[in-house]
Amino acid sequence: MRALRWVVRTLGEVLITLGLLLMLFVAWQLWWTDVTANREQAGTTQALERGFGDGGGARTTDPLATLKQVPFGEAFAIMRIPRFGADFARPVLEGTDIDTLKKGLGHYRDTAMPGLVGNFAVAGHRTTYGRPFHNIDLLQKGDVIVVETKASYIVYAVNRYVIVTPEHAEVIAPVPQRPGVQPTEAWMTLTTCNPKYSAGERYIVFAQLVKSIPRANGLPASVMAVPAGAA
Amino acid sequence: MYGALWRLLPGPWPVKALLSLILVAGVVAVCFLWLFPAIAPFMPFNDNSVQTGP
Repeated sequence: MRALRWVVRTLGEVLITLGLLLMLFVAWQLWWTDVTANREQAGTTQALERGFGDGGGARTTDPLATLKQVPFGEAFAIMRIPRFGADFARPVLEGTDIDTLKKGLGHYRDTAMPGLVGNFAVAGHRTTYGRPFHNIDLLQKGDVIVVETKASYIVYAVNRYVIVTPEHAEVIAPVPQRPGVQPTEAWMTLTTCNPKYSAGERYIVFAQLVKSIPRANGLPASVMAVPAGAA
Repeated sequence: MYGALWRLLPGPWPVKALLSLILVAGVVAVCFLWLFPAIAPFMPFNDNSVQTGP
C-alpha cells in the first residue's frame, strides 16, 4: 500500500513538473525570443546604417551593382514600414532558413533583388523571434514600404493581400501568382504565417515598385509619413 | 520526488530554501539557453515561408 502511494505521488509530481515546463516553454517562445531577437535585430540594423553611411552608395554609379551577389545569411538591406511606426526598421538577410529568420527578415534565394524587375520576396516571423510581421494584417492598399540598401531607397506601395496554404509557392513567382510568365514590372512579396500563433496558412502581401531614390538624394520625409490611424 | 530532494539538501530550512531557488534558476537557465532553442524548430507555429523546394 505504501508503495502504491509512493508511485501515485511521484507520478503526480512528474506530471505537475511537465506542466510547469510546458508553461515555461510558452513563456520562452512568446516572450524571451522577442527580447533577444529584438535586441539582435536592432544591432544589425544599426550596423547596416553605419555601413550604408560610409559613402559607398554615393560613389556607386549602378545603384543595384552591390546587390547582385549576397552571401547566404548576410544582412544587406533595411525594411521600413511607416504603418508599423515611424521607427520600424528591420534587417533583411539572404535566405529563409530557420536560423536566418531568427535574425531578421529573409530574402527568398533566387528571387529578384529589391528594385529590380521581377519579385523581391521576403519572409518574416509573425509571433516569435521579434515578430517583424506581427501587424501585417494592418497594411492597406497604398501603404509605403521602403527597402533601404547601400545604394538607394527603394519605395514600394502595397497593392493587395491573399491568404493561402503553405504550398502556394506561386506567390513568389517573378510575376506574383502567375508562374512562368516573363516579368516586366518590379514587385515585392511579403510572406508570414496566418493566423497568428498558427502556421496553417500564409498571409501574403504584394507591393509594387513606386520609385528608387539614389541614396545621395536622401529619403523625402513625406515618404516616411506615418499613415493616419496607424498603430 | 520533491520530498526526497528537500531531505537531501543540507542545512536548516532557510539554507534548503535558498539551495532550492538556485536549483530552480539553474533548470530555467538550462531550458532557456539550450533545451528550448533545440526543440523550437520542431514546433508547428514557427513556419512563415511558402514552400519553394520540391
